[in-house]
Formats: sequence, structure tokens, C-alpha cells
Amino acid sequence: MVQYSLWLSAVLFALGVLGVVIRRNAIILFMCVELMLNAANLAFVAFSRVVGIDGQVFVFFVMTVAAAEAAVGLAIVISLFRHSESVDTRNFNLLRW
Amino acid sequence: MHSFEPTLPWLIVLLPLLGFALNGLAAFVAPTRKALPALVAPAAVGLAFVIAVVNFLAMRAAPPLAPVIVQGYSWMPVGSLQIDAALQLDQLSMLMTLIVTGVGFLIHVYSVGYMGADPGFARYMAYINLFIFFMLVLVLGSSFPVMFVGWEGVGLCSYLLIGFWFTEKANADAGKKAFIVNRIGDFGFLVAMFMIFANLGALDFATVFAAAPGAFPYAGAVVTTITLFLFLGATGKSAQIPLYIWLPDAMAGPTPVSALIHAATMVTAGVYMVARTSTLFALAPLSMTVVAGIGALTALFAATIGLAQYDIKKVLAYSTVSQLGYMFIGVGVGAFSAGIFHLMTHAFFKALLFLGSGAVIHAMHGALHHTHSKWDAQDMRNMGGLRKHLPITWVVMWIGTLAIAGVWPFAGFFSKDEIIWQAAARAVGPFHTWFTVYWVMALVAAMLTAFYMTRLMIMTFHGVSRLPEAEQQHLHEAPAVMWVPLAILAALSVVGGWFNIPEEIKRIPVLGWLPGSPWVHEWLQPVTRTADAIFGAQVGALSEASPLGGGEVAWAVISFAIAVAVIAIAASMVLRWQYRPALESPEPAGLKRLLWRKWYVDEIYDVLVVRPLVGASRWLWRWVDDAVIDGSVNGLASGSRGLGWLSSRLQTGQLNTYAFAVVVGVILLLAFVVL
Repeated sequence: MVQYSLWLSAVLFALGVLGVVIRRNAIILFMCVELMLNAANLAFVAFSRVVGIDGQVFVFFVMTVAAAEAAVGLAIVISLFRHSESVDTRNFNLLRW
Repeated sequence: MHSFEPTLPWLIVLLPLLGFALNGLAAFVAPTRKALPALVAPAAVGLAFVIAVVNFLAMRAAPPLAPVIVQGYSWMPVGSLQIDAALQLDQLSMLMTLIVTGVGFLIHVYSVGYMGADPGFARYMAYINLFIFFMLVLVLGSSFPVMFVGWEGVGLCSYLLIGFWFTEKANADAGKKAFIVNRIGDFGFLVAMFMIFANLGALDFATVFAAAPGAFPYAGAVVTTITLFLFLGATGKSAQIPLYIWLPDAMAGPTPVSALIHAATMVTAGVYMVARTSTLFALAPLSMTVVAGIGALTALFAATIGLAQYDIKKVLAYSTVSQLGYMFIGVGVGAFSAGIFHLMTHAFFKALLFLGSGAVIHAMHGALHHTHSKWDAQDMRNMGGLRKHLPITWVVMWIGTLAIAGVWPFAGFFSKDEIIWQAAARAVGPFHTWFTVYWVMALVAAMLTAFYMTRLMIMTFHGVSRLPEAEQQHLHEAPAVMWVPLAILAALSVVGGWFNIPEEIKRIPVLGWLPGSPWVHEWLQPVTRTADAIFGAQVGALSEASPLGGGEVAWAVISFAIAVAVIAIAASMVLRWQYRPALESPEPAGLKRLLWRKWYVDEIYDVLVVRPLVGASRWLWRWVDDAVIDGSVNGLASGSRGLGWLSSRLQTGQLNTYAFAVVVGVILLLAFVVL
């Protein structure tokens, strides 16, 4: 059972990574990051079946951080949109050389 | 008998320094107010002279056998080397102090009149006060380093005063030339000082001269090298071949400066130095021969140039170089007191001649200024017949001329004759052939001296005036503040020679009738006795007759007769020559042109030394500095920049690229950990 959960977690994580690497839309990128976090959460929960309650406690921490991160991140996306009417990350490359 | 106790010796040195400080302050605060410098500057030097006289009288009452050292403070205590800022009072330094402060005082007074209208008057007075201070440090210093401080200091003041009117580029260039040429000589002085320390471990005169006869074998290589390097220093400061070239250009400075620094005092520092280190020179007969040889060559060479110059100060400048050559013949043949004696009389009559030429230039300048004429106030071709306008100057300058030409009973007769005779009498050692040659050269140079000085006097004061009527109206005699020092110097130029009349001369029926004794010679005995003893032991007794026969008396009479004859011939020749004003005169031709252009020495130095040096410097600048050093530094900088540019291309600013890089990095790390 644990093994299946871990496989699912790995697949979800890989999908998140793939999304971060190839998608251009900032909101989608966020969702992919959330996907990776929840993949990790799934792995924690799965492991808690084996090693004890610690993993589930950790999930709460991760969710808290994810909520905070989402709040900050969405705020940034909103001000980006206000600035240039777009959320396409290709438009935001000021920090290069 | 009580011993000699110096009275306020430090004040002699410090009063001119105080004068410098006050005048320097005045030059900054109120450069237009002239009352303070006009009072302070001569007073400081005059007081120093009074104290020097007091000390001199005390010393004469009880002549010390060894120099009296006046300790100041410990200047450089470095391990076993102790260098004190101390003064050394002995017969030689006392005599020099009297000359420096005495002649210096007269020239300070004269300067008040000569420079009174100059806007830089306070600055000028500050500089010459500073010069007197450094000159006194030079002659009174009790060790080589202290002497060197004075040596460099007078060089600095010389530079400042040659370029006093620095807004003219030629004057500034002349100052630089003097400074740079003197550096070459200073290098010799320094090397000699290092060698003395390396060999004897001390630098104060007392220790060095006490240890030298035991430490250095007679005619040894080390002492010969040391003395030759010392003499290199002397050739720079005292304008001898090959480093004499700066002195004629130094005439760019104000005329009292030429009189004080470039005739009477500073340029004799080299002679003083050789006399001061007479113990070392006596141990090195080869060096002595070189010293006398350079002196003889310079005396003759500079005299030939003096024959054809038209600028009144240039004639006197080459005359100074020539007379300095005589002094080096004197100290070079071992007659140190004769060299110092000529230094003394030369200080009198050359200061007189320069100040007299200053009075002439002053008058000419004033007259030409009135009519806004562009004529050169120093060119003798523009003068002539000035006798009726400048009667006092005319008289005193004739006295100076007779003195320098060696006419009895004027000062130069006794001092120059003494040197010429000593060159003959000391032609007994291993180098006697050379000494004979020097003797002949000195005799010829003496004739040339009489000739060019007579030419100067005739061209300036006699014959018809070549100055237009309009300017002649404005010619006027110098004010009393200028002619009184001239009169005093003229009196000294007459009696100055009587301080040292050899016994033989006193026995001549007519010429010997003079008050006086061989005083300078006896006075300097304690200073030169070590050197004289070395001579007596190594070379032997002096010759009684010259190489051509005839003793001292005969040659004194002969040289007197020659001087009078040359003056008479020169006067009649020059009076007959028709000169035209400088602007209308054609350039001299033939041999005259060669002499007028100073044997083209400046041009030769330019080709042999200056141009290669400038070329090499340019090469070092363009190639070594600009290309190699700057190139490597700039190359490193632009190389780093290029690398930075290359790596900056990795920063795309695209989130996905960065995310991809992170992923790849994580995978690699995982692979590393797991595998």
C-alpha cells in the first residue's frame, strides 16, 4: 500500500517539475509548485503508516507554508498583471545580465 | 694660556634661518610691504657676521690645535654610527664663516637697492637668508652628513634664485639645468660618503681624519676612489669640467645672486670640501693630480670662452669658472692654504665685479626702460663710454679688474701668483711632468684673464657710447645703498692680498714694501698639517726653482710684468676695434664664433647626453610603461571583463531555464549520493 502511494507521489512530483520547466503561465507554474508540495505531503502521509504520526504532523507544517507561499506568490502575480497585463513569464526577464 | 671658547656659535647659523622664517612669512602675508625684509634680512646676516668676528678674535687670541666641536643634538644614532648635529669651529671653518657672512652681508645690503622695486622682494630676501643658513651649515658642519645637508640646501637655494623670475621659461630652464647637473656631483659625494663609512665606520670629520692615515695605505685604491668621488661632487658644485655647464646659465638669476652664490660663496664649496678633506686627498696622489689637472684645464678652457662673450655677466661667469679652476690647481697640487686664500680674495673681487656689473645693468635697464627700447641691457656691444655716467662703478670695477688680472698690489696678485708658483714648486713628485704642464696652463690662463677683463672694461666704460642719445639722458649712478658695499669690496680687493704675503715676496725691494705677512698660510696650519706631513714624508721637499728656472721672486715679477703688458696691449687693441650695437652686429665668424658659441659644448652635451637620455626615456615611456606595464594591467582587466561577459550569457532571465537548471542540479546531486 505504502509503495503505491509513493509511486503516485513520485508521479505527481515529476508532473509538477515538468510543469514548472515547460509552462510559461505564472499561475500554472504556481499550481505545479503546489502539485509538487502535495506530492511531498502524500509521501509524508504514506511514510507515517510505517514510522508513526510524525509524518502527518509535518504535512500540516507544509500546508501552512504552502498557504503563505501561495498568498505571497499570487500577490506578486497580481501586481505583475497590473504592470504589464500579462502573466506570461517570458515577458519578465529583467534580472538577466 | 686659556683655550678658545666659542661664543654663541649656534646663533651664527640660526640668525639667517630666523631671517628666512620672518621674510618667508612676510612674503606670504604682505608681499607688497618691503620695510620688514629690507631691515630683517641684512640685519640677520650682519649680526651673524658680528658674532663670527667675536669668535674669530677669540680664536686668534688662542688658536686651537684641534677643531672645537659644539654639540647640538643627536641626529642619527644608528647602532655604532652616531651622527650629531654639531658645529666644528676651526681655523678653516672660521675663515669661511667670515667670508660667507661678511661678503653675504654686503650683498644683502646691495640687494635692498638692486631688488627694491621687484614685486618678489620679500621672497628674494627669504631665499638669500636661507642660502646663508645652508652655506653656514656646509662650512660649519662637523661631519659629512651635516655638510651634505648644507651642500644640498645651497643647491636648492641656488635653484630657487636662478629661477627667481620664473615666468620666463629660459630662467626656469636654467634653474633646472643647475639642479640636475648638481645631482650628478651629489651622487659622487654620496658614494664617497658611503665608502668612507664602509671603510672607517664613522662619518664625523674628527674620527675620519684621525683614522684615515692608518687605515688607508698611501696611494691605495680605496682612498683614491673615495677622493675621486668626492672630487666629482666638487666638480658639480664648483662648476669644473665636465660639470661646469650650469654656471654660465645660472646668470639668469638676479645679479646680486650671481655675485653671492655663483661667484663668492656657494661655488667655492667644492674647494672648501677638498681643503676640508685634505688628509684624504694627501693620501691619494693620483686624485690630487686629477684635481689639479681638471682645475688647470677648466681655468684655461673657461678663459678662452670668456674672450669672446658679449653679455657682461657671461664674461664674469666664465671668469668665475676659470678662477675656480685656479683654486683647484691650488688645492690639487697640495697648497691647500693657497687655494683657500684665492677663494677668499676671489670672493672679494668677484663679488665686486658682479655687483659692479649689476650697477651697470641697473643703469642700462633703467635707461632702456624709460624709452621702451628693446635693446639688451646686458650686452656690452650696447654699452661703451659709460665712464662719465657711472664714475664710482667705473673706479671700483677697474680695481676689481686689476685684482683679478693679478696686478700688484691688488689681491689677485698675491693669491693667483701663490697658486701658480706652488704648481711649479710642487712639480717634484711622481707626477711632476703633469704639474709642469699645469703650471704653464695656469700662466697662459692668467694672460687670458687679464685680456678678457680689460676687454670687458673697455667695451663697457671706455670709447664712444653706442647707446642712442635718448637713452643716455636716463643713465644714472647707483644709489648709496648699492655703491657703499661696492666701495667696501673694492677696499678689500686692494688689501685682501696682504693677508698672505710670502716671506720671499717681502724681500723684493719695491714690491715687498707692504704691510702683511703669510698670515693665511700660518692660520690654516693646524688644519692642513696632517696633509702637509704626509706630503713631506712621501713627496719630499719642494723645489726652489720653477721648471724653466727662476725662483718665486723672479716669477712674481715676471707675472706682474705680463699682467701689466697684457692689460696695456688689450686696452689698445679693444679701443681700436669698432663695435656696433648688438642688433646691428653680424654674428662673429671663424675662431671668434667658436669661442662665442662656447666651443659648442652645450650642443655636444645635447647630442651625447641629453638626446640619448630623452630618447631612452621616451622609449621607456612609450614601450616599457605604456605597452608592457600598462598593457599587462589593462589586459588582465579586459580579460576578466570578457570572461564575465561570457558567463553573463547564462543568465537568461527566463524562469523556466532557471527551474530546469535546478532540476538538472538536483538530479545530478541525487545521482552522486545514490550511486
